[in-house]
Amino acid sequence: MALAQPLYADQHRPIQHQFNPYAENGGTILAIAGKDFSVIAGDTRQTEGYSIQTRYAPKVFKLTDRAVLAVNGFQADCSTFVKKVKQRIEWYRHAHSKQMPLKAIARMIQGMLYGKRFFPYYTYNILGGIEEDGTGAVYSFDPVGSYEREACRAAGAASSLIQPFLDNQIYFKNQTPAPGAAPFEPGNLPMDTVLSIVIDSFTSATERHIEVGDGLEMFVVVAPGRDVAGVQSLGAEELPALTPEGERIFVLRRDLKKD
Amino acid sequence: MDHFPLSWGRPRNDAVDLYSTYPVNERQRHGPKNDAFTDGVQHTQQPIVTGTSVLAIKYKDGIMMAADCLASYGSLARFKDISRLHSVGQYTLIGAGGDMSDFQYLQHLLDDLMIEEYTSEDGHKLGPDEIYHYLSQVMYARRSKMNPLWNSLLVGGFKDGKSFVGYVDLLGTTYTASTLATGYGAYIAQPLLRRAVEGRETTMTEEEARAIIQECMKVLFYRDARSLNKFQIATVTERGVQIGDAISSETEWSFAEKIRGYGSQTQ
Repeated sequence: MALAQPLYADQHRPIQHQFNPYAENGGTILAIAGKDFSVIAGDTRQTEGYSIQTRYAPKVFKLTDRAVLAVNGFQADCSTFVKKVKQRIEWYRHAHSKQMPLKAIARMIQGMLYGKRFFPYYTYNILGGIEEDGTGAVYSFDPVGSYEREACRAAGAASSLIQPFLDNQIYFKNQTPAPGAAPFEPGNLPMDTVLSIVIDSFTSATERHIEVGDGLEMFVVVAPGRDVAGVQSLGAEELPALTPEGERIFVLRRDLKKD
Repeated sequence: MDHFPLSWGRPRNDAVDLYSTYPVNERQRHGPKNDAFTDGVQHTQQPIVTGTSVLAIKYKDGIMMAADCLASYGSLARFKDISRLHSVGQYTLIGAGGDMSDFQYLQHLLDDLMIEEYTSEDGHKLGPDEIYHYLSQVMYARRSKMNPLWNSLLVGGFKDGKSFVGYVDLLGTTYTASTLATGYGAYIAQPLLRRAVEGRETTMTEEEARAIIQECMKVLFYRDARSLNKFQIATVTERGVQIGDAISSETEWSFAEKIRGYGSQTQ
């Protein structure tokens, strides 16, 4: 039988103006993994539309001695999500008398995001830290839980500005090794190079994106036993750790332009 | 065979979808057109009686907040003696823009909460930080039910020598800063407040704070068509919450005479 009308239900109902439960609060986050460290960074501006709501709203959070989570997107969902992740991690520690491993946190986050598949948390998550084998790792997620381990990832308002830069500088895309030189291997850069790439990414994003700026927070997670003189000399603050001989986390703060 | 579990056990309409090949969400509903239960629940779709901007700043002795006394009904200045500032316990003050009935509901909610806290006699008193987080959870829970409380709220307070100001809105969005403004104030007053306050949070005197707040309320009255030249200034300091009487600003309108379309010119 031929269909005379489209099948969309009840055309005679008045159109209702629907409440939009989401907002977009700007800002950008970024993480880069090294061989035995991981850098997780975010700016501190929070916006709605063309207004700056505050110049200091942290987007990067320490979860355990070896895991740091950066969140970006809709602020209310972000803070709810971080709160719930922290709670699950605390429960894990009470249940198992150890801190949750990074890859376990990553899988837990995918479960928590997918659990709200049909009313998603509007959050882009990047998890960084040290894996159980001592390697630096970055896990990136989409709002409904798809995730993968990568060498680097940018997300948020200026992700489209920063990610191509990282593809070039971290993954060596469109670069060719000098004749006779060893092939490029992503995820192997020294810490000072990584930190300057992070700082350059954010200063450039601040220049070109109105929702990025004010302040930069970089969390550096360092594998046990690794030399930390480099990061300490940059004026980093060390966060207290539960296990004295394990991984260490440092925070580096820089100003970004406020205009 | 109908492969869509959601349509199993429902009468099939051979006139429309003979072989049940259309995905469920594109399919015409059979049975009654309107679901009596979902249609019976009315959620807030828009604010009705509304308040406009609220301002808050930190200064040397604590925090200062201001809001005018108007509750509008659309463009009608409907209620002109409303207080949009409300104290919660002895350390905290909240100010509300947006729907006034939702605000009154929140006032009752917080009053009940404070009574419950008082009767528990556990030696703890809720401060501005606790009230702020409580409110943000209430607002976020309601937006998640798609039934928001249509307000932008400022929470201010002073406890244990620390000042606090924070913002919460109908989406559950939160933030803190040394100066805050909701509604039109975010566009008009916030730049003036930031210029006056940023970097001077711990040195600015009460007189200076009052002067900049009054200046902002005057500018808002000039520019915001939903405002009223009758407003309250409140402080929270070591001495507790003090909500002042309604006051007004000196205004100057003589310039309007010379502007075509503003005064009484006829062409």
